[in-house]
Amino acid sequence: MTSTSQPGAGPAPTASVPRERNTTLPGLIAKIIFLGIVLAIGVYAVPLLIHYKMWMWLAVMVAAVVLIFAIYLTKRFIPGKYLFPGTAFLTVFLIIPVVLTVSYSFTNFGDGSRSSKEDMIAAVESESFKRTPDSPIYTMAVGVAADQNAADGPFTLFLISMDDADQTVLAGRHGQALAPWDGDAPTVADGRVTAVPGYQLLTPRQINTAYAELQAMDVAAPGDGQAAIKPQTPTQAYQGKVTIKYDAAGDRLVSDAGVVYPNQTVGTAQCFVAPDGKCFQGKSWLQNVGLKNYSRLLTDSGIRTQFLAAFAWTLVFSLASVCLTFLLGFFLALTLNDERVRGQKGWRAFLLLPYAIPGMISLLIWSQFFNKDFGLINQLFGLDVNWFGDPTMAKIAVILVQLWMGFPYMFIVCTGALQSIPGDVKEAARIDGSTGLSTTFRIIMPLLLISVAPLLVASFAFNFNNFNAIQLLTQGGPSLSGQFTRGGTDILISMIYKQAFGGSGTDFGFASAMSVLLFVLTGVLAAVQFRITKRLENLT
Amino acid sequence: MKRLAVIAVAVVGLTAGLTACGGQTPDRGEADLVIWADANRTGALQAPLKAWAEKNGLTAVVQTVATDLQANFVTANEAKNGPDIVIGAQDWTGKLVQNSAVVPIQISASGVSQTAIDAVSYGGQVYGAPYAIETLGLFVNNALTDNAAPATIEDMIAAGRAGGGENVLCLQVGESGDAYHMQPFFTSGGGYIFGANSDGSYNTADIGIGAGGGVQAATKIGQLGAEGVLKTSITGDNSQQLFNQGKCAYLVSGPWALADIRKAGIDFTLSPIPGFAGLDPAEPPLGVHAFFVASNAKSPAFAQQFVNDLLSDITITRAMNDVDARVPAQDALADELKTSDPVLMQFLDLAESAKALPSIPAMDAVWSPLGQAEAAVVGGADPKSTFEAAGKEVANAVQ
Repeated sequence: MTSTSQPGAGPAPTASVPRERNTTLPGLIAKIIFLGIVLAIGVYAVPLLIHYKMWMWLAVMVAAVVLIFAIYLTKRFIPGKYLFPGTAFLTVFLIIPVVLTVSYSFTNFGDGSRSSKEDMIAAVESESFKRTPDSPIYTMAVGVAADQNAADGPFTLFLISMDDADQTVLAGRHGQALAPWDGDAPTVADGRVTAVPGYQLLTPRQINTAYAELQAMDVAAPGDGQAAIKPQTPTQAYQGKVTIKYDAAGDRLVSDAGVVYPNQTVGTAQCFVAPDGKCFQGKSWLQNVGLKNYSRLLTDSGIRTQFLAAFAWTLVFSLASVCLTFLLGFFLALTLNDERVRGQKGWRAFLLLPYAIPGMISLLIWSQFFNKDFGLINQLFGLDVNWFGDPTMAKIAVILVQLWMGFPYMFIVCTGALQSIPGDVKEAARIDGSTGLSTTFRIIMPLLLISVAPLLVASFAFNFNNFNAIQLLTQGGPSLSGQFTRGGTDILISMIYKQAFGGSGTDFGFASAMSVLLFVLTGVLAAVQFRITKRLENLT
Repeated sequence: MKRLAVIAVAVVGLTAGLTACGGQTPDRGEADLVIWADANRTGALQAPLKAWAEKNGLTAVVQTVATDLQANFVTANEAKNGPDIVIGAQDWTGKLVQNSAVVPIQISASGVSQTAIDAVSYGGQVYGAPYAIETLGLFVNNALTDNAAPATIEDMIAAGRAGGGENVLCLQVGESGDAYHMQPFFTSGGGYIFGANSDGSYNTADIGIGAGGGVQAATKIGQLGAEGVLKTSITGDNSQQLFNQGKCAYLVSGPWALADIRKAGIDFTLSPIPGFAGLDPAEPPLGVHAFFVASNAKSPAFAQQFVNDLLSDITITRAMNDVDARVPAQDALADELKTSDPVLMQFLDLAESAKALPSIPAMDAVWSPLGQAEAAVVGGADPKSTFEAAGKEVANAVQ
C-alpha cells in the first residue's frame, strides 16, 4: 500500500512498472471493516438527517462518506490516506466550533432569543390561550369513524360538561361548533363517554400521539363564538380563547384587551415592546445584530474595564504559575539529582504525591482549607488571614494552590532533563575549574532550558485558559465593589463562562464575542511565544 | 499496525462524536413519561410515580439532573431532547416563559394554596403545579441560649453571646453572598427588591436596593458583619453542619435542614426570624416547588394528566412527603401533617409572613449582584456606595 516515490530514493515509478503490492490480509480485512462501518454510519444517519431537515450536516455527511471511499478505495490519493483522519477531526472538533462561535458572536443568541421569530410568535399565541373564567371543564373522549384509521382522524370530540347534571353529550369536529350529539346514543359511564356506535374511541396512548393535531382543532365553544375548545389531558378538555394574536400587516402583537406590542429595537435586538418599554415577557428571537456585541465590549466602559483587568490578572496568573512551579520543581530536581542524597527514589515518589491526587479533588479540598474561620490553614498557623475575602490574598491563595498542584510536573520534567545531560559535561566543567554553583547556572541551566522551554511555553498556554483552577477554588470570588461580572480572581475564561452561563442568565452571543477576542489574544500571545522559543533554540 | 491504530482511533472517535451529541443530560429511553428533577426530589418521586404509571398502564421515570437543572432543561427542551415535566422553583417561571420552554396548565382542583398558585403564574396564566412551599425560619439550639424566640436581632445577639456558643448565628453568606438567606434581614432594615404596583404586582422600575431603605439595611448588615455575627466564612456548605455540631446558637434555614438537625440530636426550637429593633419586621422569602410541563414534551397529554392527578388528591404528594418532608401546598395534606409533624408545619405559619419573590426573567440578574453586595458589606465594604452600585447593576439588568 505504501509508496516509496521519494525523489532520489530510486527510479521514479511509472504507470507501466508493476507496483509492489504489500497489502496484507489483516490489513485488507481491517479496511473492509472500516469502510463497512463508515457506510453503515452513513446509511444510518442520512434518513435521520433528512427527517430532522439538517441539510448542512447531510451535505457534510454525504461528502465525508464519498471522500472516505474515494480516498481509501483508489490509489490516487496516497498522501490523503494519512492526512484525511487528522484533517477530519481537526474540522469536526476545532474548526466547526470556532466557526459556530464566531457566527454566534454576531447574534443575540441567549435567554429569550433561542428560537426563530415564527416559532416565538406561534409559542406566544398558543401560550396566550386562556381558559374562560368560570367556564365548564369537560370530560373528553376522542372518536374516529370505525372505518377510518384511528391515528389519522378526522377526529370527533365527545364531551360532557362536569357541571351538567343531565350529562348531555356534546360533539365537536374541526371547523364546527360544539353541539349536542345527534347520532346514535353513546354509552356514558362516570360522566364520560365510553362507547359510540359507529365510532372507535382513541386510547390514551393514541390521544397522546395525536395531541398536536387535537390541539390544533378549531372547535368553537357553545354560546360563545370567540371561545374554542381545547383538549388538555387524555380525558379532559376546557374552553378558552387566544388572548394575544400576531398582526402580520403591522408586524406587531395585539392583545384582545387592545394592547399593542409593536416590533421595535430594545438594547441590541428587536422584540415586541410592551407599554412599559420592555420586551413582551422578555421574549425576543434569534437575529443578526451585526457588530453590536463587539461594540458593547469595546465601548461599555464597565465591561471594558472588567475585561482588561481580567486580562491583566490572567497574564500574571499564568506567568506566576509557570515560573514558580518551574523554579520549585527545578530546585527539587537539582537537589535530588545529587548522588549524595540518600533515598532518592523514596523522595521522588513522595514529591509526586500532589500530582497523583485528581486535580478536581485537590482544588475542592484546598477551597475548604482557605476558609477564614474554619479552614485548616488559618487554624494550623494561628493566622487570621481573610484568604478568599480579600482580592489580593485570594490571588495569592490561588497561586499557592497552583504551585502545590503544578510543581510535581516540573519536577518530573526537570529530573528527566537533568538525567539526560551527560556526566562528562559536568566533569569537564569541574576540570576547567568551575565551582558547583557556576556549573549549575552556566552549564546545566542553559542545557536544561533548551529541552524544557517548549514545555514552559505549553504550560503557560494551558494556564492561560485554566478554567478549573479558578472555578473549583474560588469561583472567581471575592466579588469586587462595583464589578458584577468579574470577581477578584476571575481569569478571562472564567469571566466569559459567567457571562455565558452564569448567575445573570445566559447571553451566548455576547459571551461568543468575548471568546473571539480571547481567541485573538491567545493567538497573539502564541506568536510571541514562538518567537521566544525560536530565539532559545538559536542559542544552541 | 500503525494504520490499524489510526482506524481504531477513527472508529472510536466517530462513535464518541455521535454519542457526545447527547450531552450530559439523561436519555429518555422508552418511557411514556419522563420527569427531570434535582437529586433531592428524585428519591421521593420514584415510588409514587411508579404507582401512578402502573395505574394508567404507562411507564414513567424520574431522572436526576444534578447540576444546573434549569439551564439544562431549557437547552434540552429547545433541542427536543428534554423531559415531559421538570420540577423547579417558582422563581424559574419567568425564565421558563421567556424561553417558551413550558406551557400553561389548568388547575381545576380545589384546596391548593392560592399563594402558591400565584407564585407560579405569569402573565395571567398558571405554569406550574405547586406541591410544596418553603420559607426560612430561625432554628434555636436550646442548649446554647435561653431565648428561644428572640423578638429582635439585638436580643438574639445578646442571648447568643450570653449562652457562650462558638457562634451566635449561622446564616450562610459565603464570599459571593446569598441574597435568599439574607432577605429577612434586608427587608427588616428597610430594603426591598422591587416596589409594588397598586394592584399588588411588582414594579420593576422601583428598585429598593441602592435607595434609602436598602442602604439603611446594608448599614445594619455591615454592623452585624463588624460585630462578627455575620461572617463570609459561613457558607452554604458549612452553616447547617456547624449548627448540627452545636457550634451555633441560632441558624437561619428552611425545612430542608430539619432532617439533619433531628439526626444530629440537637435540642432545638423553631421560631420566626426576628427583625432589627425599631425597624420593620423581617419578611422571609417564600419559595414554591412546582411541576412544569415542557413545551416540547414528547408526551404532552400524559404530562398534563400527571400534573392534573398530582393536585386532584393527595396520593402522590403524601407519598413524596413520606420520603422528603416539605410543607405541602395542598390543604388536605397540610391538615394531616399538622398532627403528624407539627414542627414541619410551623413553617406553614412562618410562610404566612413570607412573601413570594418576583418571578420575572431577570431575577437571576438580581440575586447575584445583591448577594455580592451583601457579602462585600459583611466583609467591611462601604454600605452606601456598594449598594448604590448593586442597585444600578440590577436596574441595568431588568430594563
